[in-house]
Amino acid sequence: MTRYAMVIDLRRCVGCQTCTAACKSANATPPGVQWRRVLDIESGEFPDVRRSFVPVSCMHCANPPCEEVCPTTATKKRADGLVTIDYELCIGCANCVMACPYEARSIVHENRYAYGKEPIASEVAHCDPARLGVATKCTFCRDRIDQAAVTGQVPGVDPEVTPACVNACISGAMHFGDVADPGSNVSQLLAETSHFRMHEELGTDPAVYYIWNQP
Amino acid sequence: MNDPTHLAPRRQANWDWRAAANFICGGSGGALLLWTACAALSGADLRAFVLAALALIGIGLTCVWFELGRPWRAINVLRHAASSWMTREAIVAGLLFCCGGIALAAPKQHFALGASGVLGLAFLYSQARILAANKGIPAWRHRRCLPLVLATGLAEGAGLLTPLALSNPSALIFLSVLLTLLVAARVLAWQRYLLALQRDGAPVGAIAELRAIDRGLIWTGGAIPIVLGLLAAVFAQPVVAMLAGAVVVFTGARLKYTLICRASFIQGFALPKVPVRGAGVTAPGIKPGWESVQPNVRTRARSSEPA
Repeated sequence: MTRYAMVIDLRRCVGCQTCTAACKSANATPPGVQWRRVLDIESGEFPDVRRSFVPVSCMHCANPPCEEVCPTTATKKRADGLVTIDYELCIGCANCVMACPYEARSIVHENRYAYGKEPIASEVAHCDPARLGVATKCTFCRDRIDQAAVTGQVPGVDPEVTPACVNACISGAMHFGDVADPGSNVSQLLAETSHFRMHEELGTDPAVYYIWNQP
Repeated sequence: MNDPTHLAPRRQANWDWRAAANFICGGSGGALLLWTACAALSGADLRAFVLAALALIGIGLTCVWFELGRPWRAINVLRHAASSWMTREAIVAGLLFCCGGIALAAPKQHFALGASGVLGLAFLYSQARILAANKGIPAWRHRRCLPLVLATGLAEGAGLLTPLALSNPSALIFLSVLLTLLVAARVLAWQRYLLALQRDGAPVGAIAELRAIDRGLIWTGGAIPIVLGLLAAVFAQPVVAMLAGAVVVFTGARLKYTLICRASFIQGFALPKVPVRGAGVTAPGIKPGWESVQPNVRTRARSSEPA
């Protein structure tokens, strides 16, 4: 059984926000909504201070609390692990927003534009009225992954069928693939490193792994 | 852009007073229906209270309907009874209005009123489970939040039934004792919730909001109505019982408003391990906005644009 997951090497992330920009460009999210963002964390006491960059988004959990609480079945978990939203079913009740411990979901009730009240040409081109008043979030670039079934390419290996953020990462920190396949790029990375997942104690079984050290 | 609060838990902004109104009116209305059904065993005509309970639940659901992003699709709320307590709340509400309507139209149909009472309790329970299922809000998902929401709803329902003592003096003792016991249960549930939340950990902002109402809930919402309830029972004063009921209802509403709109801080982010870079060694984990994993570790955090 395929389970797509993302592996992010925090030792390599430089906080450049290229993944953020790539996501914005690929998904045309409105101002104030970021399906992917990078946390910039300073910790410690002088002289032992640290700076960590942590890309976050929907974690495509195996036990998604958003799916459990959704009253409309708009949120679903696919067999390959992707958590999806059917914009035609969603009523925008925000129960899923409350259930998600990763701040991954947003609801926008009216059009927002980057430069004032009028949209620029690209915003007109990418405007999707179906996304107004409903929950939205990272899709792991679902359209690209679905394309793999048609072309026979491998998500995480072939850029055409890999999430935009992973393709854009300048430091090679972000990886995507099938963690259920022991021979996949992500499975090998996880086998070679020490890693954690965000808020594992909540039992969500997220599909985003963060590498923090050697084994 | 670089506001440090973007990493630490912040108050949710999607459920406002309209959602709180659903929990305030719906919870107390559901419990009122339950206690009305119990009181009807005496044979009294309690249709006014049934009507009030249905009106409260209706007001709550109307408020939350106005909060939907796509209100004209609201019927879709019924699609996920398998696991969604919001769906179950909606189904129970539908059944409740049917049974309540029959109880109003045919007061001799005791079964309808009895069923309405059970459904009123089910409605209150569904609301409590809606909060408990929201893992993104630590103050709601705590295991002691559910008994607190149930206890305050039941106490508010009993408070709303106290006017019955005006027309039916024989019910005064029952109502006063019931109210006193339920208020005591609410105070106990509140104290257990707040203590456990502080012990188990929650966003600092959530605990601060809850602490701010602690004294008021114990004294104004607990001690005063208990004393008033006992005085009403001892001296046979229905007006004093009504006063106690009103205090219980208003303090319960404040508690729920605080819980839904003020203490609803989201989970935030945490690093159980700080990545190894530069110095080649890791550092203690961090959890901004919560009690620190290591008390001596200070963090400053920022993100790009907030989601």
